Amino acid sequence: MSAIPVSPVAEPWRLPSRGRVAMLALIAGESAIFTIFVVAYVFYIGKSLTGPTPLEVLAIPWFNTICLLSSSVTILLAERQIERGKMRGFTMWWALTIALGTIFIGDTAVEWHKLIYIDGLTIRTNLFGTTFYSLVGLHATHVVVGLIGLSLILIFTLTGHVKEQHSERIQVFALYWHFVDAVWVVVFTVVYIVGR
Amino acid sequence: MADQTLPIAGSLEVTPQRHSPALLPEWLHGWVVTVDHKRLGILYVVYSIFFLLVAGAEALAIRIQLAWPNNHFLSPELYNEMFTMHGTTMVFLVGMPILFGFANYLVPLMIGARDMAFPRLNAFSFWMTAFGGLLLYYSFIGGFGLYGMGAAPDVGWWAYAPLTAKAFSPGHATDYWALALIVSGFGTLGTAINVIATTLSMRCRGMSLLRMPLFVWLMLVVSGLTLVTITPLTAAQIMLTIDRYLGGHFFDTQAGGSAVVWMHFFWIFGHPEVYVLVMPVFGIASEIIPVFSRKAIFGYPAMVAASVAIAFVSLGVWAHHMFTVGMTSVGNAFFVLSTMLVGIPTGIKIFNWVATIWGGKIRFATPMLFCLAFLFQFLIAGLTGIMLSVAPWNWQLHNSYFVIAHFHYVLVGAIVFNIFAAIYYWYPKVTGRMLSETLGKWHFWLFLIGFHVTFDTMHFVGFMGMPRSIYTYEPDRGWNHLNFIISIGGMIQGIAVLLFAWNLVQSYFRGKKAGNDPWDAWTLEWSTPSPPPAYNFATDPVVHSRRPLWDLKHPEDPDWKYEA
Repeated sequence: MSAIPVSPVAEPWRLPSRGRVAMLALIAGESAIFTIFVVAYVFYIGKSLTGPTPLEVLAIPWFNTICLLSSSVTILLAERQIERGKMRGFTMWWALTIALGTIFIGDTAVEWHKLIYIDGLTIRTNLFGTTFYSLVGLHATHVVVGLIGLSLILIFTLTGHVKEQHSERIQVFALYWHFVDAVWVVVFTVVYIVGR
Repeated sequence: MADQTLPIAGSLEVTPQRHSPALLPEWLHGWVVTVDHKRLGILYVVYSIFFLLVAGAEALAIRIQLAWPNNHFLSPELYNEMFTMHGTTMVFLVGMPILFGFANYLVPLMIGARDMAFPRLNAFSFWMTAFGGLLLYYSFIGGFGLYGMGAAPDVGWWAYAPLTAKAFSPGHATDYWALALIVSGFGTLGTAINVIATTLSMRCRGMSLLRMPLFVWLMLVVSGLTLVTITPLTAAQIMLTIDRYLGGHFFDTQAGGSAVVWMHFFWIFGHPEVYVLVMPVFGIASEIIPVFSRKAIFGYPAMVAASVAIAFVSLGVWAHHMFTVGMTSVGNAFFVLSTMLVGIPTGIKIFNWVATIWGGKIRFATPMLFCLAFLFQFLIAGLTGIMLSVAPWNWQLHNSYFVIAHFHYVLVGAIVFNIFAAIYYWYPKVTGRMLSETLGKWHFWLFLIGFHVTFDTMHFVGFMGMPRSIYTYEPDRGWNHLNFIISIGGMIQGIAVLLFAWNLVQSYFRGKKAGNDPWDAWTLEWSTPSPPPAYNFATDPVVHSRRPLWDLKHPEDPDWKYEA
């Protein structure tokens, strides 16, 4: 074998984690989907030809919002715990995150039930209904997908399959949950503050 | 040493024997369950070539119909289906899958990796894309349309509202269109994520970002662009599906919805999409032109910067498809100027390719021929693009055959030509056999002549006022002869593509043995045997410059001495 020329500088070789890169890429793509739905919502504010209007039927879901945003904190605490190998603390904070997410989605269900059966607002009622259910529904779908993932991880943790060495994967998944929470800030502002 | 010619660290000592022929079911099963990036790459390319033939046949049907005035080869309904399916197929089932197929095959080999970052996601993405294609074509049987019989989508590939509303497009043809694109869109999103993760996280030792081959760079940029380009289309398709199935009002003008919003959403996807298709072929040209000019690429950092610049600018030009809709003069001016801005980074690229060829020792093999034609045609396409970007000019020629000629100059003259170049260039690596140069030259010249006869002439019927998407015309318009010439050109291209398909098949069995490195090239994939083994490199390679194989072949004068 001929001598392979070696350049004088042998630099250390470090690459970013592929999981983190992929999750950030997915988040970039998802952000574009949400952007389109948000733009549609904003464009159609006040363009409905018939009622009900947002001001008549929407109540600002403060409790909901506080629950979802604090779940970002609890999942962060769970990430810290698993990094240090404290599995009991991890399980507790992780379960709390699921609980907060479930409260959010349950509360949304209550809100929608009221809108549909009391206020008579469905996706086909008017433009507000169409854009409201599709934007909030898109976000809720992401919450549900997140909850399924969170619950699977909880089950694997309780059966002892998740260990300290999985902390990076846990953090990658947590990125998704943080994204879902961050999107809610946008959706909340657009739908309940600006759009009302 | 055995038959090893290029002893790069990590390549194999001995070319492994080809597998003994397995039983047919076993062989098929192997292809269906594979997660190997090379096999998936081949699946993508074969799938796309199949649809290239299908959509090419649709184009020929369109051309036969238009060859004479008042022709009755196709009914008006079938004609609408043909141009819709031709456009949709070429963009979503040919262009994107074939380019992502190349990326699949080549990116891991070029950066010295074992496989893509997520092999199973990779397989999932391919099968989603494939399923999307089947779903789209199943509409011919299952998509009950206006006339109660099988009907393909017939709303144009841009599918403007309100034609897509339930009232105007009854039946399921439009739903097949929307659902097929949502499904294949998820496949594309998965592949884009995979390519990004692979290029950023799987590079071999020494392969810093500024040493990556330009093809890898372009695929990284394209994948980033895909993330924010395909997803708006998916979002718009979801809205369309909500309108059609759940009674929503997004694009329902009678309930306050807006048809123009669909146009914006579609072109927010649709214009960057052009760059998603054309930038990978920039990468192909940037690999082939240096090798056949025997020079390193000119201005590598400028090429990278120009690619990133094109990606960013391309996100702000979409409404130049909508000048005739009526925008404010500020809006018009913005989109005129942003569109013209694209000319700067693309101009940089063209100058760099020309500078690479300049003073080189050029070898006129088939891949290089296709690349040279690409350079010329892409320049013309860019110039007509600048013409169309001027709003008053655009008002005159919007939706005319001039526009058709312009974008086919990009899609065929640039993209398809370079796809052919890429297949001639990398076929030896993939199969271990050379494609026939004789047939290749026939293919090139026939296709070149056919291309120019068709699309040069289209500019003129465009000037003479012939609008796109019409199924026939009156004989007194003065378009008769030109349309006949265009159709003849189409036939010549069809014959050339059939020659190419025949070349692919017969060279697989009877082509000359290729060896590892038939073109005396410089990127890592040529250090592996042809075809490469499942594991690519026996040990991880280490690189020290942008042309690792040059360093090996010329240890007395390695590249890394000159690269900063």
